Amino acid sequence: MRRSQSVGQRIDWLTVGIVATMMILGWLNVSSATAGASPVDWLDWGSKQGKQLIWILVCGVLAVVILNIEGEFFIRTSILHYVINVVLLLTVLIIGKKVGGARSWFGFGSISIQPSEFAKPAAALLLAWLLSRGDGKLRDLKTLVQSIAIVGIPAALTLLQPDAGTTLVFGGLIFTLYREGLSGNVLIAGFCALLITVASILTGAATVDYPWIGEQSAIGLLWLILIVFCLVFWQLIPNIVVPRNRRRVRNTTWISLVAAMLLSTGMHTGLEQLPRHQRERVQVLFGIDVSNPDADYNIRHAKAAIGSGGLSGKGFLNGPMTAYGFVPEQETDFIFCTVGEEWGFLGSTCVIILFTVLLFRILAIAERQRSDFTRVYAYGVVSILFMHYLINIGMVLGLAPVIGIPLPFFSAGGSSLMGFTLLVFILLRLDAERVSVLR
Amino acid sequence: MGALFDGFLHLAIQTAQTMNLKERQWVIGGIILLMSVIFIGRLFQLQLGPSAWKDYAARITEEREIIDPARGMILDRNGEVFLTNVPSYDLLFTPRQARLAGGLDTMALSQTIRLDTSELRAALAKADAYASYRPSPILKQIPNYDYAQISGELWRFPGLQSKRRSIRTNAGGLASHLLGEYRETDREDLNSGQGYRLGDYKGKSGLELEWETRLRGKRGIKYHLVDVRNDFREPLENGQFDSLPTSGENVTTTLDMDLQAYGERLMGNKRGAIVAIDPQTGEVLALVSAPSYSTDFLTGKNRGAHYTELLQDPSKPLFNRAMRATYRPGSIFKMIQGLIALDEGVITTNSRIVCNRDIIGCHGAHSMDNLEQAIVHSCNPYFHEVMKRMVQGGRSDNIFQDASEGLALWSPRIKKFGIGTDLGGHLSGLRSGSVPDTTLYNRMYGKKRWAYSTIYSISIGEGELLTTPVHMANLAVIMANRGWFITPHTVLDIGGKGKPQSLDSLVETGVDPAAFRPIIQAMEAVVASSEGTGTKARVPGITVCGKTGTVQNGERATHSVFMAFAPKENPRIALSVYVENAGSGGDWAAPIASLMMEQFLTGSISQVEKEEHILESTYPFPEH
Repeated sequence: MRRSQSVGQRIDWLTVGIVATMMILGWLNVSSATAGASPVDWLDWGSKQGKQLIWILVCGVLAVVILNIEGEFFIRTSILHYVINVVLLLTVLIIGKKVGGARSWFGFGSISIQPSEFAKPAAALLLAWLLSRGDGKLRDLKTLVQSIAIVGIPAALTLLQPDAGTTLVFGGLIFTLYREGLSGNVLIAGFCALLITVASILTGAATVDYPWIGEQSAIGLLWLILIVFCLVFWQLIPNIVVPRNRRRVRNTTWISLVAAMLLSTGMHTGLEQLPRHQRERVQVLFGIDVSNPDADYNIRHAKAAIGSGGLSGKGFLNGPMTAYGFVPEQETDFIFCTVGEEWGFLGSTCVIILFTVLLFRILAIAERQRSDFTRVYAYGVVSILFMHYLINIGMVLGLAPVIGIPLPFFSAGGSSLMGFTLLVFILLRLDAERVSVLR
Repeated sequence: MGALFDGFLHLAIQTAQTMNLKERQWVIGGIILLMSVIFIGRLFQLQLGPSAWKDYAARITEEREIIDPARGMILDRNGEVFLTNVPSYDLLFTPRQARLAGGLDTMALSQTIRLDTSELRAALAKADAYASYRPSPILKQIPNYDYAQISGELWRFPGLQSKRRSIRTNAGGLASHLLGEYRETDREDLNSGQGYRLGDYKGKSGLELEWETRLRGKRGIKYHLVDVRNDFREPLENGQFDSLPTSGENVTTTLDMDLQAYGERLMGNKRGAIVAIDPQTGEVLALVSAPSYSTDFLTGKNRGAHYTELLQDPSKPLFNRAMRATYRPGSIFKMIQGLIALDEGVITTNSRIVCNRDIIGCHGAHSMDNLEQAIVHSCNPYFHEVMKRMVQGGRSDNIFQDASEGLALWSPRIKKFGIGTDLGGHLSGLRSGSVPDTTLYNRMYGKKRWAYSTIYSISIGEGELLTTPVHMANLAVIMANRGWFITPHTVLDIGGKGKPQSLDSLVETGVDPAAFRPIIQAMEAVVASSEGTGTKARVPGITVCGKTGTVQNGERATHSVFMAFAPKENPRIALSVYVENAGSGGDWAAPIASLMMEQFLTGSISQVEKEEHILESTYPFPEH
């Protein structure tokens, strides 16, 4: 009895406060987005805003329950959680119902459950379990491969649904691996890969008038530049690298060149293979002129809704773009448009700051742990929340491609809200036990 | 350079490699912070930067609804309605709604609205091409009665809606030439900067065009917030920017509907014109051009076909003969000649002139007429001589010089009678006709290459003289008033504010009123005397003064012309009647004038046989 009281006292109330604030703000915006033109019927439990309130209450209960479960339970059952979730991800591919072209949902009458939302905390738990065993730093190849498998299996299964957004979120666990010892070169390589991808898409859409062979895709020019760059670097190796490292640097150079060429070619041809509407979404993002005026419909309307908010917004329940259905998926993936339109620059910036503070708070929580498990798990939480924040807001602001992914605690939807509640409150329970953990 | 690069690369790699793992939280934190800063910057750009996105949002969420005002009516001088508005319906189609509902049964729709399937398909395709989410018209101006029959069925067709709009109707089908056309704006109107939008209607000719700005009224504008399907949802800002429409003003014309209708009836199946004017005020009482049509014939979906039909009709029903047709004045012109000659002093009322038929032909048995008799007999040699005295009266030894100087004095005096002028310009579309002057003849024959003997045919109203029926009616006004007229006009009142200023300005001919006495005696004799040419113009109980004209028309039958006013003292109506290819003035134009005057002055017709005879006669007239 005394012990549980001490846990209650050690709960990180700041995080609880931020999460609760986000849920309430999210609910207000969902209410506005669902109400449309009619006055909000606050007691209509059948509407999305009513359902969302029920989900918030359910999550409140869930949070209390989680906070009363021994942290040891999550550590011991992490494999079980993971296996159950992988099985669910496999099952949903077979018997899931198709919504918007993706088989991501289990339908139970009027309720739908999205298993991938629960797979995220499960993956974070198992990763924490793996990396906290003994001296389980990412020093040996075996642990690295195991880690990548833990992340890769649910990532691959969600890609099959297909739900590219969730796949990317699993990919975000690379930040956790980085903190646990993965070479920073991987992050740099990832960044370079991103640059090459963007360059391939941009040059792939343009043409250049080459000597002798005439008008051809500009991607050839990109390849030429890559090759020339590597050749020049190859020649410079004796001058800038100490002799014992030269061999390794030479190998790295040509492997990088081959990888870059493969990536570039893959991106270029891959984009050509994509269904037209997806290809146009990507091209629109990079400012490539697409002949189809509907291609950037979503993002154009999202930007218009946010832009029309101005400094202080149109006011709660007063945004015409929100009220009259101009923004697609406006109570779920595009909920930030409602924030932008009705609360303006000031309100939107507050939400950005709220997310930033939450992420930094969890980072701080992570670094104050004596338990390796809790630290790794906390980084998992940071990675997952950050990816959602990054992709969702980036998409709505027209900085990232349109990838459907909810904004944590804001977007309407029971599965995602419960998934994020699990994610954060398991961490808070583990954190509350930090003083009692023996190293 | 190489060394610098080398150092930098080592630093980056080694920093990453040697960094304490705990310090990596700052790398992750840094990335988070960087992204948040980028997001806030982007928000700043979108929300506080240039208002392009704000404008775009307003453009897609706000819609202006134009509320068309009721167009002013056009009335006759007693308040009877010539033109008013009746409701009609446009059928609009929104392709997207039909698609969402699973398509449209074109066959059934085609049957319901009685539109050919291929025509309907074309209209639907056009609507789809224009905008899939906006309603476009597929059938315009369905009359009220037809719409009532189909309105109950329209719900069966998704994406279909109707819009009420008012169209112009001319119930009596009267005075179409004067009233003019009200129809859809063309490209020129849209570019005129007068605020017309595609699909708007406006006056395109006649009074409808002339008084468009007064008839049109002011549009009301309602601002709506629309939803993504472009349906109106709520007023913008509680309607604080909205404005109500202001109805157009009624235009009361000077026409007398009964007289106009009677005139059009008399001229039925004939070609020609009648113009009747109130001599006291210059107000046009009737303006008939035959054959005519109803403006209603040119509204609705068949306008194009009907217009082509009228355009190709050999009798030219679209041609406003009353104002646009120019005829030689013929014998009627002799009265002006007599008046000016008296005023110039080249003759007196008692001057007699030999009817010398060697110079110019004549008709009837007379030999030595005075002015009054010469007008009654329409003696050609008399007026040949009279004009010779005016134009080539010996001012110079050179006959060419003499004629030139004489004509330079003569032409302006004729123009004082309105001939060759626009009569004050209040009748838009009126042609001026022409009075020859020295410039014209110098151009035709060369300077000093013509003398009176070259141009003498104008002395009897032939040659280069041209007038319209309106000018001839105005001449009757001058006769009735003994020397002055008020510029003829057609508008009595606009919007209850009275007659627009400057419509009635008085014009003096400059001829001594005393000079009119013999002319008017002659005009009375033309009708009253048993040997007069216009006896058929008599009206029981009323003294009519008139003059016949028989206008040469080349090879074809002559035009029958008559101008008159009545009663002789305190005249109330002056008019001209033209019947094309009908023979002599006394046979057809005179009885029509008689009936018109009786109708106007007594309000009824006692000369039943005369009326019957006129109504039975049709173009072409039998040869005499």
